[in-house]
Parts: sequence; structure tokens; C-alpha cells
Amino acid sequence: MMHYDFVFSGFGGQGVLFGSQLLAYAAMEAGLHVTWIPSYGPEMRGGTANCTVVISDQEIGAPVLRRPSAVVAMNYPSVQKYEPLIALGGLLVYNASLVVHPPTRADIRCAPILASEIAAELGNPKLLNVVLLGALLHLTGALPIEIVEHALEAHLPARRREMLDANRRALWKGAEAAQALLAPA
Amino acid sequence: MARQLMKGNEAIAEAAIRAGVEAYFGYPITPQTELLEYMSRRMPELGRVFLQAESELAAINMVYGAACAGRRAMTSSSSPGISLMQEGLSYIAASEVPAVIVDVMRGGPGLGNIAPSQSDYLQMVKMAGHGDFKPIVLAPATVPEAVQLTGLAFELAERYRTIVTVLLDGVLGQMMEPVELPPMRPLPAERPAWSLTGAGGRAKNVILPFRMQPDDLETLNVRLQRKIADIAQHETRYKEYLIDEADEPAELIVVAFGTAGRIALSAVKEARQKGIRVGLHRPITLSPFPDKRLSRLADEARGFLVVEMNAGQMLEDVRLAVGGQAPVRFVGRMGGQLPMPEDILQAIEKLDAEAGRLLDHKIEGPVTLLSTARLQRRQTVN
Repeated sequence: MMHYDFVFSGFGGQGVLFGSQLLAYAAMEAGLHVTWIPSYGPEMRGGTANCTVVISDQEIGAPVLRRPSAVVAMNYPSVQKYEPLIALGGLLVYNASLVVHPPTRADIRCAPILASEIAAELGNPKLLNVVLLGALLHLTGALPIEIVEHALEAHLPARRREMLDANRRALWKGAEAAQALLAPA
Repeated sequence: MARQLMKGNEAIAEAAIRAGVEAYFGYPITPQTELLEYMSRRMPELGRVFLQAESELAAINMVYGAACAGRRAMTSSSSPGISLMQEGLSYIAASEVPAVIVDVMRGGPGLGNIAPSQSDYLQMVKMAGHGDFKPIVLAPATVPEAVQLTGLAFELAERYRTIVTVLLDGVLGQMMEPVELPPMRPLPAERPAWSLTGAGGRAKNVILPFRMQPDDLETLNVRLQRKIADIAQHETRYKEYLIDEADEPAELIVVAFGTAGRIALSAVKEARQKGIRVGLHRPITLSPFPDKRLSRLADEARGFLVVEMNAGQMLEDVRLAVGGQAPVRFVGRMGGQLPMPEDILQAIEKLDAEAGRLLDHKIEGPVTLLSTARLQRRQTVN
């Protein structure tokens, strides 16, 4: 049985919604069951927003979790909020560009990705969400990156079409950065 | 047709459009507003009526008026807004015109909050307004099911000339899931024979929300009750998981609807992996309630666990159906909080250990209302 759950968390404007929806679209196009749910409380109006995505090859029960198994944290408040919650052996992919105090838990995998820097090198700091998604996909193997590329093509809003290539490169750069973390020093 | 990723609120709106809704009246309120917003864009595109009323009272009375004129009409709101519609709902029931209502429930009482809840169960299922009547209440647990039940809501509303409520919570309204939308149903070519379309050339139709003579009102009351009994006989729907397993039929039955139902499914699957013989009964029609099926399950079951996002409202109906044949335990959360699979699993394990003993001396079984404070204390103890 295939079952993944992910939380995406960050400031409003960091692309929490788009990054997580991209994953949900890709899962749907891969023929899987998927649920996507945003926090829709007052935190949407300033502060940290989050979305939960569950992907499975079977009917999905709970679309929300108390202890997620993988978290993408785009800012420091998100690391603070989710580090203690992640399930044993889970994964924390975080934007190391914005996180001053790295996570300390030894019973989860932590992947510091310099997402803001990588995004800036690609020409747009806003791509940090897609960079982190690339890293997440590489580290979990939940879906092939090619399927997410396809979802990008289909769902990038028309006004952002000129960013399609940069988004694609951001996915692969994120995966490369994750790969580098695992490489022997 | 290709699958689309849609938010519950928007999927319900599109499903209503494809079911042929001709007029939508509403007033914005979280967590339902996307439904109204979607309608404000799509209905004028199709040359149909969208009207943002000045209040929920106005909206429900516009639905009433459109329905009397034989138009397929609907409204949607969330808990406090639905309370404001109660008078209109009762008038619609007395007039026996079809109407579809969507309630995307939020925390209460009062203005409460905007977080997901199931605390309108008693209000919507038992009456939805003053006087003796009962709407049909459909409770989807997934976005595809919400699409399917929205279509069904219009069918049933017209077949029985009754109010049909689609009852869901903020989670389902806000979440996205892949859906396959049904084809567009053509708008009715003719108005129903009873509708108010101008009597030119035919005997006049009369639709009234009152009967001043007690004999006349009693006749209406009896007809409404017969209709309710007829609906109970033909339209009761539910879905079951892991109950009729060939080699290991369920001894314990979890009963939960909507979002609580799908969260409970995760817990039931985990419990099965631990060797506990448990299954899930998820009512799809809350009214009519699947009491006959639950009563039959109670012949064999060792115990029941009801899970809700409220203080235990459907619990009353489960207890009535079980009729003291087995203990009925409850676990739930209020305030716009969700019970999590681990909370439900823990309650299943407790029921498994206690079911035999409880039956001897306390038939109803204990009620567990979880809260953040209580969960934190639990964690400290562990």
C-alpha cells in the first residue's frame, strides 16, 4: 500500500498553496487518491499558513493529521511549529536560507535546503516553494519529478507562463540540493 | 470525463448547476463563501439567476418564492446563517415546495468560530424549524460524494416536494479532491402542475404556509408524516467498511458521518491491523436515519462507538436504534476541533477491552469529550 502525508507551511506569499496544490495535481494525474486541505483560519490574514496533502493508492480516510510524516517548512516559525510534531522517523525539509536555529531532533530526517538562494540564482526568489517541493520529492520518492513537471505545464496560471522553464529548473535544482545532502562528504 | 481537482464548496456549486439549478440566493459566510462566489460567476454566464440577498432571511424567502413558481432553487450558508433561515424553512415545509439547502457547518453556539464542526446535527436532522416536519438530510464525507449527493438532493426535493439539506463541515467545504463531474442536465421544459405560473385558462393553484382550521392543518400534518415514513422506507442510505468481512465479521461498530466518518475510517483500518474486529457504519442520510440497519447490527455487535465533531448529537439516534442491546460509547471534540485517528483508535481499544463488562451494568457506555487540555494531560501521563 502506498500512503504519504505532507504538510506545507510558510508565510503567506511564499507559495504554500501553489506548491502543495502542484503536488496534489501531480498525484491526481498519476491516477492516485489525493486530498488537499488548507488552514483557513485567521492565520491566513498574516502569519504562518499551512496545507496538508495526503496521497494514497487507496481511499483516503483522515485528510488531516496530528503528527505528519513529512513537512516542508518555508520559514523559521514553521520549523518551530512542526519540528516537535513530526512522526518518529519522519522528514523535515526546510528553507535553510531563513532558518537561523536548525532543528535538533535526532529521531527525524532533517534536510536543510538553501531554497531562497537557489531560487534567487534561478532569477526569482519566489521559486523557493518549487525548489523545496523538488527536494521533498527526491527525499520521499512519492512521485517522479517528471509527473510534477507535467502538472506545472497544465496548472501554472496563464499570467505566469513565462516562468514555466524557471519553475521546471527549480524542481530539479531542489532535487539536486537534496541529493547533495546525502552525498558522502 | 477527466478528473478535476476541486474544492468541496466549488464542486457542490458546479454539481448544483449541472443538476439544473435555475436560481441561487445567498449571503456570504465562512466556511461556505466559495460556493456563493462560484455561483456569482457561473450562474450569470449560463443566463440563470444569482442574487446576493441582503440577509439570510431574505435569501431563504427568495428560495421559497422561486420554488413556489416552480423554479429549481437553492441557497447555502453556515451554522449561524442557517439559524436565521429557520422560519423560512418551516414555511417551505408547510407549503410542500422543493428546496435544496447546503449547510457548511462551523463551530458554535453563537457566532462561534469559522472552524469545522458537526454541531448543527440536531437542528438540521430533527426539525430545521418550528412545527412538525423533517427535511431529508444528506451527509457527504468526500468531495466526489458531495457532488453525487448534490445531484441527488435536487432529485429527492422534487420527487417528494420537500426540503433536502446537504450537511457538511468546513473541512469538506475547504478541501480539494479529484472529482468527476456529471453531465449538464437540461433545464425543465415545463413547470410542475402545482406551481404558481399564472392561472390563465386553468384552475388556480394555491400554496399556503398556514391552515387556519385545525382539521385542515391536521390533514396537512398527517400527509407530511406519511411522506416522512415513505422517505424513510425508500431513501435510507449508508456506507459500511470492514463490517461484513467474510472470515472476521466486525464485533465492534464505529458510527460516524461526514468528515468524522472518514477520519474514523483511518482509525478502523489501524485497529483491524491490530487484530480488533471492528468496522465502520457511515450514515449518508442522517434523515432518514439508518436505524433499522443499526438495530440489526446491534443483534450481533459487542459494542458501538459514535464519533462526532460535537458533544454527541447523533449519539442519541444511535442509542435509540441500538435500543440497549449493546453499550454505546462516544468520543468527540467541540469548538471547531477535529478528533484525530489516534484518539478514535484509543477509544476503539478501550471499547474492545470493556464492551463485555459494560454490558453488565452500564448499558449506555461512557461519553468522552476530548479537549486540547485533556489531550495534553494524556501526553504528560504517557
